[in-house]
Amino acid sequence: MHSFAEAFGQAFALIVNFDADLREIVFLSLQVSLTAVLVAAIIGLPFGALLAVSRFPGRGALVVGITALMGLPPVVVGLVVYLLLSNAGVLGPLQLLYTPTAMIIAQALLITPIIAALARQTIEDLNDEYDQQMTLFGLNAIQRLVTLLWEGRFSLMTALLAGFGRAIAEVGAVIVVGGNINHVTRVMTTTIALETAKGNLALALGLGIILVAIAVTVNAMVFALRGTAERAAYA
Amino acid sequence: MLDRTSQIAAVTPVCGRALQITRAGRVLLDVSDIEFGERSVTAIVGPNGAGKSMLIKTLCGLMRPDRGNVTWNGRPPARSDYRRLGMLLQHPVLLRRSALANVAYALKCAGHDRSRAERLALAALEHAGLSHIAATSARRLSGGEKQRLAMARAMAMRPEILFLDEPTASLDPASTLRIEEMIDKAREEGTSIVLVTHDMAQARRLADTVMLMHRGGIVEHAPTQRFFDAPATDEARAFAAGEILI
Ligand SMILES: Nc1ncnc2c1ncn2[C@@H]1O[C@H](COP(=O)(O)OP(=O)(O)O)[C@@H](O)[C@H]1O
Ligand SMILES: [Mg+2]
Repeated sequence: MHSFAEAFGQAFALIVNFDADLREIVFLSLQVSLTAVLVAAIIGLPFGALLAVSRFPGRGALVVGITALMGLPPVVVGLVVYLLLSNAGVLGPLQLLYTPTAMIIAQALLITPIIAALARQTIEDLNDEYDQQMTLFGLNAIQRLVTLLWEGRFSLMTALLAGFGRAIAEVGAVIVVGGNINHVTRVMTTTIALETAKGNLALALGLGIILVAIAVTVNAMVFALRGTAERAAYA
Repeated sequence: MLDRTSQIAAVTPVCGRALQITRAGRVLLDVSDIEFGERSVTAIVGPNGAGKSMLIKTLCGLMRPDRGNVTWNGRPPARSDYRRLGMLLQHPVLLRRSALANVAYALKCAGHDRSRAERLALAALEHAGLSHIAATSARRLSGGEKQRLAMARAMAMRPEILFLDEPTASLDPASTLRIEEMIDKAREEGTSIVLVTHDMAQARRLADTVMLMHRGGIVEHAPTQRFFDAPATDEARAFAAGEILI
């Protein structure tokens, strides 16, 4: 019990002093996951929107497929990206394995289906409502997509935050493709796993507290966003 | 900057020929020959489910008929023609933006640049008596204000022809009056109006001709006075007298 309290004390000291190691790890985590969200948004939002408004054979299966991919196990995504990036893989020549870029690719792959599926649902509902009105505005196909994405902005932001929450908290994918290399690819979740195993509870706890704080903040932002949207009746 | 809308070819007359829509073996619309665009007000009346919305949606290019064809000034409807043809849907969709931005958006879609769109939108709100809620989120407005906003948005385009689907259906008398004033104004500006309504008194007040629809077809189409005073069909006689058509 004594060492536990001690670990907590040290953890808080690390946070309060904004310890250099801790800072580096937190920044890398944020950098990797935010970039992954950006990439996933650039791919997932238009893809989901396109899927929502188009009709073609096999569309139903594609929708089911993407929805199913929302629950991909991170460690499997890590494995797939590992195979792609390893020396024998298609992308082997790029030499990206065990770099932050590899971690971004893995997390983006993990959350693109989440963002695409949520966007598809949002845009499809909106499109039902807006379809005839957009015809009356004389919009072409691309203008329609842009209008729907903008009209759905609050719901879509929520989807992005959900993606970020999943990316920042996952450990399986980044540990496989990043390798948890000190000062290179060590992020919050992988460090917690490693330091806990080594018995260095202070750093693990410090990072754990920060991770929880980020999760709470993200949820609070979702909540506030919904509140703002409802107050302005934009939801 | 030139007003681009003035360069666009006319869209009237709006014609439908041999229009038919069938769903599940039931004929929902069956109209042999129809034409609008005489710079007049036509009221389309008839019981619920008669096919009034379906008819004007088909004429506005929002529904594809199973048979027959629609032409605007002799041409098939084209996307850019919506700058000259307006429609107020039975349930208008307001964008998740301010009242002003809703009108300005429609004007921008029609090719006006931003500053001109905003200027015209402000003027449109003023005419609709909505200046005081210009900055309010459109979805926050009352039912009457929403309807007036949708009407102002449709009118801001200065369409050649404007289809209105029950624009006063759920409004109180004061809001109804405001909408009727706007319809009058659009008519004065030279817009042809096609007005679907349940309100016989409103048809009398506003319409030059009245068209009665029943079970997907046009039963009678006559000048307003004659429609009410000397209807030619039993259905029109019954409907004008306030009896229930089924
Ligand atoms: N998409 C649709 N599929 C099948 N039936 C429809 C559809 N839309 C409308 N209907 C039916 O067509 C008939 C005419 O509808 P509508 O034009 O909306 O009537 P109204 O005269 O009240 O505007 C109604 O019986 C309605 O139930
Ligand atoms: Mg109707």
